[in-house]
Parts: sequence; C-alpha cells; structure tokens
Amino acid sequence: MADKVEFELVSPEKLLTSQPVDMVVVPGSEGDFGVLAGHSPMISTVRPGVIDVYEADRVVDRVFVAGGFAEVTETRCTVLAEEAIAVAEIDRAKVEQQIRDLGEDLEDAKSDDEKARVEAKIAIARAKLDATGATTH
Amino acid sequence: MPNLKDLKNRIASVQSTRKITSAMKMVAASKLRRAQEQAEAGRPYAERMGRMLASLAANVQDSGNGPKLMTGTGSDQVHLLVIISSDRGLCGAFNGAIVRESRRQILRLQSEGKTVKLLTVGRKARDQLRREFGSLIVETYEDVGRRRLSFADADVVAQKVLAMYDAGEFDVCSVIFNKFKSAISQIVTVQQLVPFAVEAQADEEAAGAEVKAIYEFEPDEEQILAELLPRNLSIQVYRALLESAASEQGARMTAMDNATRNAGDMINKLTITYNRTRQAYITKELIEIISGAEAV
Repeated sequence: MADKVEFELVSPEKLLTSQPVDMVVVPGSEGDFGVLAGHSPMISTVRPGVIDVYEADRVVDRVFVAGGFAEVTETRCTVLAEEAIAVAEIDRAKVEQQIRDLGEDLEDAKSDDEKARVEAKIAIARAKLDATGATTH
Repeated sequence: MPNLKDLKNRIASVQSTRKITSAMKMVAASKLRRAQEQAEAGRPYAERMGRMLASLAANVQDSGNGPKLMTGTGSDQVHLLVIISSDRGLCGAFNGAIVRESRRQILRLQSEGKTVKLLTVGRKARDQLRREFGSLIVETYEDVGRRRLSFADADVVAQKVLAMYDAGEFDVCSVIFNKFKSAISQIVTVQQLVPFAVEAQADEEAAGAEVKAIYEFEPDEEQILAELLPRNLSIQVYRALLESAASEQGARMTAMDNATRNAGDMINKLTITYNRTRQAYITKELIEIISGAEAV
C-alpha cells in the first residue's frame, strides 16, 4: 500500500481520532463503503454501525457510531459521529437492558412522533448489539 | 466615638467575606479553564460541519429548492429568541448585559409590529424577564450543564426549537448569548439560527481547493442537507452554551477578584479607624489620670 488516508473521527464534544490509516470502511446509509487514498470526493450520511479501520489488510480498530455524516476527499476521511464508542467497550448486558427499557417506552409512547423517536433509539441499540456479536476476528 | 468592639466585629466579618470571595474567584478560575478546554474541543466538529454545509449549500442553492430550515418560511412575522443566561448570580454584569440586550431586541421587534416569543436558558434571564415579558416566555430551561455541559443538553433545546419550527410557530429564530472574548471581556452576541445563513466564511473557504472539488452525494444533496441542518442547529446551540458557560466563569472570576480587592481596601480602612480609636481612648485615659494626680 502506497498512500495512506487521514482518518478523522469527530464527535460534537471532541476530536476522537485523527490518524493516517490504510483503509477505513464506513457504514454509509446506502451501504458500506471502503475508503482508500485517492477516493473520489463525496459526502454521505452514516447509519448506525461499525467503522472498521484497516492497517495493512488487518482490522486494527473497530468503532461503533450511532449515525452521522462522512466527508471523503482524496487524502482524508472525516466522520462526524453523533455518538462513538469502541466496540470492545460495549457492554452487552447493558445494551440488552436498554433495549428492554426502550421496548417499554414504545408501549407507553402516545404520539406517532414519540414512537418514531423511540424506534430510532431501538434501532441504534440493536445495531450496537450486532456490533458486539461480530467482534471475534 | 465608635465602639471598639463593634469595629472589631466589623473587621472580622469583612475578613471572612474576603476569604469567601477569593475562594470563589479560584473556583471560577478553574471552572473557566475547564470550560475553555471544552469549547476548544468542540471546535473541530463545528469547523468540519461548516465546511460540509458550505459545499452542500453551494450545490443546493443553484437548484433553488433547499429545505425550509435554510430558505425560511417566506415571512418574518414571528420571532423566537433563545436567551442564554446563567443559573447563579454573583457574576458581575453577565446576566444584566444579556437581559438588557434581550429587552432592547424585544422592544425593537415589537415596535416593528412583530410577534416575539422567548425561550430562556438559565434561571436569571427568566427571573428578570418574567415581570415584563412573562406572557412571551414559551419555555425555560434550568440547570443546563450544571456539572458538565454535554451535547445532549444542547440537543434538548435544539429539538424544542425544531419542533416549534415544524409546527409553524415562528419564522425567524435568533440566539442571544455572551460570547467569550477574554476573562474580563464578554460580548453580548445575537446570532440568527433559523433560517440558517451560510456565513461569509463559506466564501473564503471556497478559495481552498478542497471545497472546489466536486463531491458525490449519497443519498442526494437535499436529503443530506435535510439531516445536516437540524444537526447544525444543535451544534450552534451547543456552541452558544459553551461560550456562555466560559463567559459566565470569566465574569464571575473578574467580579470576585474585584470584590476581594474591595474587601482588602475596606479592611485597611477599618483597621486604621480601629487603631486611631484605640489610641484616642488611651490618650483620654492618660489625661484623666494625669489631671487627677495633679489635682492632689
């Protein structure tokens, strides 16, 4: 691999990572896409899922993001994440509990708006759970 | 002649006040540092979002059918003001300045025949505006970011603004907050949130080659923009809250520094009075003894 791509992960509260890597795979809302150096510029929305960071054909880092935006230029890949947590740090039991709690909220939800909001939260929690299932590489 | 005991008490009380104010000053100084660090940490996100918005807006403006958050509702009859103050006092002119500016804005808008609605953050703005404009206040938030200001706090406010906008309850939204310039100087700033104006910075950044690059969009521009704009609103509110938090601590630090110094001056003055009085008593007693001895 010749060139590296500058991978930046930013949350509203701080800059989480900024490092040159070989490749990142971002869960775009219309499908995952891999970014190598020299990728054509693009902007995409990101669905809840896992960002894989590759270093010499091996996954070195897995980060869960709860949606956001990605901006790709030839030399850089910036992900603006709403919430980001390293996959290794996700507590399965906690997320399961959260899903159960949200399920109850969904039953209590009165308006459609409220329902949609809770459903979105459940989808994020589910994706988080899926992420932990696939950690063993 | 002032009583010696009273003076002594007075000095003791001013001394303990000085202790309190100097402790508060130090607390404010350390909080200020933390608030500044937080504001610093939040900057990259805002910058990158600004860059993305600029390139998106450039694309969408050409097509002329941007989302409502950017183009506005087409009228400017109802104004919503988000006023950011603090929960606690003892921070000099911090809240006074905010309230004064808010009052000016409200009266100006009302004299133009516009309807004004208020959203206050922090106890102080609500308390001071309630008497005059109580009926205009839609919602107040208290204890925002008491421990540590998080993005979620800002999101709560932003979601309320968005919900009101979607329901057509206002046309233009501005936020009034103290912008942090330095520990001794805070500038009251009025910033328009809705409709969102892509700032002049877009122009200068457009000069950079990166923005000029032709982006692919996935999904299309309008859909991304529709998601990006509400998020941007939250970010703007978050930034305003951060600025305001830093300003508050800066203002408090300055106010407490002044108070400490004033207390010091007062102690000096009181001590001099105390010593003079004591001296006068002694002299008086001496005179009495001597004249008594002479009389014998």
